[in-house]
Amino acid sequence: MSGDRRGIIGIAPGGLSRRQALAGIAGTVGAVACPAISYGQADAIRIGHLTPVTGFLGPLGEYAQMGVRLAADEINANGGVMGRKIELVMEDSVNPQTGSAKAERLIERDKVAMIIGEISSATALGIGQIAARTKTVFINTGANSDAIRGKDCNPFMFHIEAANSMMVQTVGNYLKAANMISGKKWYMLTADYAFGHDLLKVAKKYVTANGAQMAGEDLVPTDSADFSPYLLKIRQARPDIVASNLAGNQITNFIKQYAEYGLQMPITGFGFDTAVAWGAGQGNFAGIWPLIWHHLVDNPSSKKFVEGFSKKYGRLPENQAWGDYNSLKLVAQSFAELKSTDPVKLQEHLRKGAKFDILKGREGYFRAYDNQMIQEMYAVKAKDASKMKDKWDIYEPLGVVPAAGTDLEVLAPEKDGTCKMPA
Amino acid sequence: MQFVFLLEQVLNGLLVGAYYLLIALGLSLIFSLGGVVNLAHGGFYAIGAYLAVTLAPRIGFAGAFIASPLLVAMIGVVVERLFFRRFYRSDPILSLLLTFGLAMVIEQSLRLIFGAAPQPFSIPPELRGQVLVGDFIYPRYRLIIFAIALAAVSATWFVVYRTTFGRVVRAGVQNPDMVGALGISLQPYMTAIAALGIGLAGLAGVLLAPISGVHPAMGAEILTAAFVVVVIGGLGSFWGVILAAALVGVVRGVTIFINPSWGEASMYLLMALVLLVRPRGLLGERILRFE
Repeated sequence: MSGDRRGIIGIAPGGLSRRQALAGIAGTVGAVACPAISYGQADAIRIGHLTPVTGFLGPLGEYAQMGVRLAADEINANGGVMGRKIELVMEDSVNPQTGSAKAERLIERDKVAMIIGEISSATALGIGQIAARTKTVFINTGANSDAIRGKDCNPFMFHIEAANSMMVQTVGNYLKAANMISGKKWYMLTADYAFGHDLLKVAKKYVTANGAQMAGEDLVPTDSADFSPYLLKIRQARPDIVASNLAGNQITNFIKQYAEYGLQMPITGFGFDTAVAWGAGQGNFAGIWPLIWHHLVDNPSSKKFVEGFSKKYGRLPENQAWGDYNSLKLVAQSFAELKSTDPVKLQEHLRKGAKFDILKGREGYFRAYDNQMIQEMYAVKAKDASKMKDKWDIYEPLGVVPAAGTDLEVLAPEKDGTCKMPA
Repeated sequence: MQFVFLLEQVLNGLLVGAYYLLIALGLSLIFSLGGVVNLAHGGFYAIGAYLAVTLAPRIGFAGAFIASPLLVAMIGVVVERLFFRRFYRSDPILSLLLTFGLAMVIEQSLRLIFGAAPQPFSIPPELRGQVLVGDFIYPRYRLIIFAIALAAVSATWFVVYRTTFGRVVRAGVQNPDMVGALGISLQPYMTAIAALGIGLAGLAGVLLAPISGVHPAMGAEILTAAFVVVVIGGLGSFWGVILAAALVGVVRGVTIFINPSWGEASMYLLMALVLLVRPRGLLGERILRFE
C-alpha cells in the first residue's frame, strides 16, 4: 500500500522538488538527486529481502530474516544511513520462478535500493539475472553453487556466502589432518538439485585428488524424509567415510536416521548449517563439518552479534543469520561512505575491494574476479553427547582457515576463467 | 549378493509402508464416509509430532505417546463439528478448499508458535539400538513403530468390520440416505470416524517425530505419499490401503536401490500405472454416489 502511495508522489508534478528538498537535507544534492530519481524520493531507504521461508530450506530462511531484521534495527537505532531509516521489504522466495518474479516486483514496484538474501542456488541464479538486467545490486547470502560464481557470474551479483569449493577446502583441511581422505573409500549422499550437483562435483574432485576412492554416490530428492533405503545401501557398500552433500531439512533427517541405524562409519559433510543440526536432537549429531561462521567464533564483534541476537530472539544465531546480518551492515556502511544509494556506485565500490568487518578475525572483501567475498572459514566437530551443556551445545570449534599469515584467497574458487564479467 | 541386498530393501520397504499406512488409513476413512478429501491430514500429523516434542519433557515419551493422539483426536472432533459436517453433501471442491486452507492455517500456526527451525527430538535412550537378523539390520525403534502401526490398523479393522458401530459406518459409506431412512443419524458416526482418522494421523506424528525432522512443513511432506497410497489402494477399501502402502514402500525402496534420483518419482509412476489399468484403484469399491 505505502509503495503505491509513494509511486504516485513520484510521478506527481511536485515530486522532483520534494525529492531535491529531501536530498538537500541529507546534504548530498548532487550525488542523490540526479541519476537516482527513483531512489531519492522515499524518506526511508528500502532494502529488498528475499529468501525461502517455506519448504526444505525454510528453517534457514527464518534465521536469515532474523539476521537482517537485527541489522536494520541496529542501524536505525544509530540514526539510520545519512539520516534516513532502513526499511526492509521482506518476501518468501518460494522457488526459482516465484523468486525471480518477486525480485522483479521488489525492484520495479517497491523501488528497493538493492536486494539481499536467498539460499537456493537455483533461485539465486534467477535473481542474479534480474539484478544484472535492472542494474540492481544483489548480495547472495546462502547459495553455494560454484556455477553462479563461474559461468553465471555477473557484476551485480555478490556472494557473501562461501562457494561450494570454499566449504570443501575448509573441511578438507581438517579431514586430511584426521587422516580421513587418503586411501579411504567414500560414500556420498547428494541433494538432487543445482546446489547438490555442483557440490558433488567439487567434493568428488577434491577427495579423489587427495587419494580417496569413491565407494558409492546417491542423489537424494529434496522431498525425501525417509533415508532408510540409502542407509541400507551405504551399509552394503561398506565405505570408510560417509559424506553429506545434502541441504536444509535433508541434513536433519539424515543425521537422525544415521544415528538410528547405528552405523559406525565416521560422517562428514561439505555443506552445513547449524540450525539443521540443532534440530536433530540429543545424541544424534556426529562428525566434522565446515561453517562460514558459528556462534563460538572468538572475537569482540562476533560476541557482540551473538549477544544482540540472543537478546532480541531468545536463541543463538547461526551461520545463515550471520550472512544476512552482515550483508545489510556492509551495504549500510557503503551507502554512508558513498553518501549515495546509487546502485551502480555501490556495485563499483564493492568491486573495488572495500574491506568490511564481518565478525571474523580478519576483514573480508569482495574480489573483482567473481564478486566472491574472500574471508576466513571455520570447521567444527560434534561434541560427545555426555559433554553437551544444553541443546545448543552440540559442537566444538576446530579452528580457522587459512592459517594466520596465509593469503585469504587460497580458499576461494580457482580463477579458471569461467567467470567472464562484462566490462 | 545383489539379490540379498534387494531383499533387504523389500523388507525395509514393508516397514516404511507402515508409516504411510497410518496416515493413509485415516485419510481413506474420512473420505469414504463423508466424501471430504482432507488436505489438512498432514497438518494433524504435524500437530501430533509437535505435541510429542512439547509433552515428552514434561510427562515422558510414553505419556506423550498416549496423550498426543488423544489430543489430536479431540481437535478432530472440533474440526468435524465446526467444518467437515457442513460439506458432506456439497461439491467436493468446497471441502478441498476448506481443508487446503486449514492445512495452511495449521502449518503457519506451528511456524508462528515454534518457528521454522526443526525442533530437537530423539528416540528415548531405552528404545535405541539395532536388531541384526542374519546380516540384515533393523533399528529397534522402527520395529516398534511397525508393531504399533499393525496394532492400530488391526484395532481399526475390528471397529469397522466387527462391531455394530462399524456396520452402520459401512452402510453409511454405501448409502447414507438409506441409513437415514432406517432412523439412524449418521452425524455421531461421522464425528467418531473423523476423530479416529485424525487421531491416527496424530499417532503417526508422535511415532515419527524421533526419526524425522520436526518442522512445520513435515505434514505436507508425507501427505502426498499418503494420497498416492489411498488412490492406488482404491477409495473405500480397507485392504486396498494396506496393500498399496506396502507396495509404495517396497517400490520406493527398490527404486532407490537401482536409481536413487527416481526414488520419490517412483510412487507417482506406480500410481499412474495403476490408474491406467484399474481407474478405481487396486481394490477400490464401487461407491454409487462417487460414480
